Amino acid sequence: METKRTTFPNSPLPYILVAPQLIITLIFFIWPAGQAVKSSFEREDPFGLSTTFVGLLHYSRLFADPDYLAAIGRTAVFALAVTIISMGLALILAACVNRLIRSGTAYSTMLLWPYAVSPVVAGILWWFIFNSSTGILPYVLSYFGVDWNHQLNGNQAMILIIIAASWKQISYNFLFFLAGLQSVPQSLSEAAAIDSAGPWKRFWTIVFPLLSPTTFFLMIVNLNYTMFDTFGIVDATTAGGPNQATNTLVYKVYSDGYIGLNIGSSSAQSVVLMLFVIGLTIIQFRYVERRVQY
Amino acid sequence: MVENRPLLNVITHLILIVGVLIVAFPVYIAVIAATHGPLALSSGAMPMLPGGELINNIVSVVTVERRGVAPFWLMTWNSLLMAVIITVGKIAISIISAYAIVYFRFPGRQLVFWLIFITLMLPVEVRIIPTFKVVADLGMLNSYAGLTIPLIASATATFLFRQFFMTVPDELMEAARVDGAGPIKFFRDILLPLSRTNIAALSVILFIYGWIQYLWPMLVTTDPKYYTLMMGVKRMAASNGDGEPQWNLIMAAVVLAMLPPVLIVIFMQRLFVKGLVETEK
Repeated sequence: METKRTTFPNSPLPYILVAPQLIITLIFFIWPAGQAVKSSFEREDPFGLSTTFVGLLHYSRLFADPDYLAAIGRTAVFALAVTIISMGLALILAACVNRLIRSGTAYSTMLLWPYAVSPVVAGILWWFIFNSSTGILPYVLSYFGVDWNHQLNGNQAMILIIIAASWKQISYNFLFFLAGLQSVPQSLSEAAAIDSAGPWKRFWTIVFPLLSPTTFFLMIVNLNYTMFDTFGIVDATTAGGPNQATNTLVYKVYSDGYIGLNIGSSSAQSVVLMLFVIGLTIIQFRYVERRVQY
Repeated sequence: MVENRPLLNVITHLILIVGVLIVAFPVYIAVIAATHGPLALSSGAMPMLPGGELINNIVSVVTVERRGVAPFWLMTWNSLLMAVIITVGKIAISIISAYAIVYFRFPGRQLVFWLIFITLMLPVEVRIIPTFKVVADLGMLNSYAGLTIPLIASATATFLFRQFFMTVPDELMEAARVDGAGPIKFFRDILLPLSRTNIAALSVILFIYGWIQYLWPMLVTTDPKYYTLMMGVKRMAASNGDGEPQWNLIMAAVVLAMLPPVLIVIFMQRLFVKGLVETEK
């Protein structure tokens, strides 16, 4: 890892400078993570007086539990749907803004602000809109013969959280796609235009391939987002229901551990998720760091 | 633009207008709901145009105390305090640790870097129970310290400053040393002023981050005195045990709660964009 060509002479000073960051990291990140790993191998007796080492018991139970396997599948559907929908819409909007010269900034402003809306607020907003007794969309949908009630219908509940989570993420994806598009040199498109390639063809054969580092980066970030940052959305709309239909992996860690007080299983679930984030982070830094230079 | 295609221009604007409308739709509904009396919202045929009750609803949200939540001004104050402490704290500890990592070559430097890096892989959502336990053991439940300090460590902010310090010309530091400036003087008089834009851009992102926290405050506070706005509006919306929730008031509260960070994004767009793009590098 690089430093400056010349550095300041050694003294206690650098240790003092990194101390606050390091102490907080050790106390509130590394120690709890270690505790999660530790208690995922242990069983606590009902009175919390003694713990016994049970090896991989919690893990083997977890992966034999149809509920947990269903939660994995459900989370995968949710993550993929949100990633595809929000990235697809964001790419279309960014490509449009990129074509404009003067009005682009105004549109950008109007597309960026949902970034600042809290997931829990996004959840409340969409919950209100889809509320089966007073919401506006069920009222409209009833004219099309759709009986909307996400409090009873699991698929509809899933659609609800997918819409809410995608809506919230469009601005982020839009911003990065727009930045990516703006760094694609105009001369390439111009050269293709001289060779009589139309806008549609230019986009798919020149711009989109050059955008692939951005696309890949956003895929990783979006998976991370749907896995972890959507807690507030789930909590405010469906709270995992009806009948577990929207109980994603993160929500399950919370509901099994914090509400259900099943520490062993919740810890094992935490560790599984940790491994997942570690995997994503490694992929991101191994492959995304080497961004293609145009 | 490569060539002029009027039809394509029209389509571009159409798509963008539809996009903007879709993005604005839920908030439009919320604003409209916040301007009506309770009766207008009790049937599915919600009015699509604003009514005249906005001021009444806001006054009611801000002044009337509700069961289960703190007074609105207190929750706003808590949210503001939490966002500001997190912003200032994260920037302060990140900038000094980045300074140490870049401008010193001390034993254990590599280890420090990796320990900070690891925090990226440990979002609070995957270590809910043990982190809660640590905070409880330290007696930090129901306190501003418990709300903020565990969220203050930041790998992204540290990396941002490290990245920026690497681009600062070496000659500046060499010149400062020739003139007899020590590390603290160099940091304060040269590096800090140079970092101004980065600090400003990062502040925008971190303020939003602090303001929209939900899971963490929910875990560590049971005393309504420390409730934040995000918790407050969620509790208002969820307290529909007795009859239909008062949607007009809930939506007024929701609109008020999301206003500060949204205004920041709109009015500080350039800093916001810079902050967001740079932290992801």
